[in-house]
Amino acid sequence: MNARTTLAVAGRVLIQLRRDRRTSAMLLVLPCAVMTLLWWMFEDLPGAGFSALAPALLALIPFIVMFLVTSVTTLRERTSGTLERLLAMPLGKGDFLGGYALAFGAVATVQSALAVGVSTLFLDLDVAGPTWLLLVVAVLDAVLGSALGLFVSAFARTEFQAVQFMPALVVPQILLCGLFVDRSVLPGFLEVISNCLPLSYAVDAMTKVSEDSDPQILGDLGLVGGFAVAALVLGALTLRRQSE
Amino acid sequence: MMNKGVDVTSLRVVRGGRLVLDDLTFEVAAGQVTGLLGPSGCGKSTLMRAIVGVQRITAGTVRVFGEPAGSASLRRRIGYVTQAPSVYDDLTVAENLAFFARVLGVGADRVEECVRLVDLVEQRSQVVGRLSGGQRSRVSLAVAMLGDPALIVLDEPTVGLDPVLRKDLWETFHRLAAEGAAVFVSSHVMDEANRCDRLLLMRDGRVIADDSPAALLERTGAADIETAFLDIVAAAEVDR
Repeated sequence: MNARTTLAVAGRVLIQLRRDRRTSAMLLVLPCAVMTLLWWMFEDLPGAGFSALAPALLALIPFIVMFLVTSVTTLRERTSGTLERLLAMPLGKGDFLGGYALAFGAVATVQSALAVGVSTLFLDLDVAGPTWLLLVVAVLDAVLGSALGLFVSAFARTEFQAVQFMPALVVPQILLCGLFVDRSVLPGFLEVISNCLPLSYAVDAMTKVSEDSDPQILGDLGLVGGFAVAALVLGALTLRRQSE
Repeated sequence: MMNKGVDVTSLRVVRGGRLVLDDLTFEVAAGQVTGLLGPSGCGKSTLMRAIVGVQRITAGTVRVFGEPAGSASLRRRIGYVTQAPSVYDDLTVAENLAFFARVLGVGADRVEECVRLVDLVEQRSQVVGRLSGGQRSRVSLAVAMLGDPALIVLDEPTVGLDPVLRKDLWETFHRLAAEGAAVFVSSHVMDEANRCDRLLLMRDGRVIADDSPAALLERTGAADIETAFLDIVAAAEVDR
C-alpha cells in the first residue's frame, strides 16, 4: 500500500461525488428522510416501535447505499478503460481498493452521523449505549457494502446487471437479518444461513448498542470487518492487470 | 545497431477461441515513429495491448526495453492511449491530469506542460464529458504523456481530429521520437502512413510488410501506401 496513490484515488472519488450534486444530496438527505418516515409510521402506536426498528435501519441504509454506489462506480471504471489505464500505471490494487474504501467510508461517516443525529435528537430514538458506537457500526457496514459492491461489479457487464445484484445479494440479507422475524425463531436452516450473512451481525451490533448500556459488540464488529476484508480480497482478485 | 524499444518474437494471441495474432515477429526502434496500419479488426489493438502488457499472450515473447511486457518496472515508462478515451468524464481536464499525475508521482508543472502539449489550455477547467470527441481523446493523450514515457503506444489517436490538429500531433510524435522515445502509432487511415519512419502493415492477425514507407513504395512500384497495401495483399493471396 502506498499512501500517496491511495489518497489520490480517494480524493478523486470524492471530487467525482461532489460534482454529482444530486447524488451527493440524496446520499445525505434520503437516510434522514427514511428515518423520519419510520418514526412517523409509529407515532400513534403504543410501544417502542420506532426505537426497536431504527437501529436495524441505521445498519441497513449505509450498507445498501454503498453497495449500489460502489458497484456502479467500479463498473464504470471497468468499462470506461480508466481501470485498465490505472493498472498499467504504478498503482497497487490495494491502493485502488483502499482509496475507494476510504472515500466511501468518509461519505458513510457523514451520512450516518446525520441519520443518527436526526434519529436521536429529533425522533426520540433511545440509545442505551454510547451513541458514537452506532456510527462505528454504520461506517464498518458501509465499508462492507462497498466491498461487496466492488466484488459483484466484476460479474456485471452493464449498470442494469450491476443493480440486479441488489435483490440477489442484499435483499435476502435484509430478510434474514432479524428485522422482520427474530433470528432465533427462524426455521433452523434459515437460522444457519442467517448466521453466515454479515448484515445479521451488523444489525445485532446496532441493536445491542441501542438496548444495552455496556454493549459487547467486538465479536460482531470483528465478523462484519472480516467479511468486508474477505470481500475486498475477492474484489482484488477480480482486478486483473491482464485480460484473457 | 538500432536501439530496441520493443522486441516481439513469434507472438501468438488467442482470444475467446479465435486466433487474433498469428506468429508476429518485429521490432519497434527507439527514436522513431513506427506506424501500425491495417483494416479494422485485423488485430492492431490486441497487439498494442500485448505490448503494453494488459493482454495475456498465448505464445511467443514480447520484450520492452529488454524486460517482459507487463513487468512492474515498465509501468512508469510506458504511455498508452486506448482508442476510446480512458479518462473520467465527470472531472475537469485539469482534475483528470492532476489525479493521474499523483498516481505517477509527477509534479504539477508536468500537468501544465501536458495541457499545453495537447492544446487544451482554454478547456482546462471544463468537465471532460462536455468536451468534443477530439478534445476528449486529447485529454487521454495528455494523460499518457504525463510520465514522460520512453515508449508511447497510441491506438488510433487521430480519429475524429481536424487536419490542423492531426498535423500538430504528428509533429509532437516526431519530436518525442527525436528526444529518444519509441513511438508506436496505429491507424486505419492509410494517408497517415507517410508520416511514419517505419511501417508495419497488418492483415488478419499477421504482419504482411515491415519497411520504411519509401521502401514499400519502391518495392511495389505503387504510387501511394494504400495501393502498395493492396498489392502486397494480392501477392500474399497468390502465394497461398
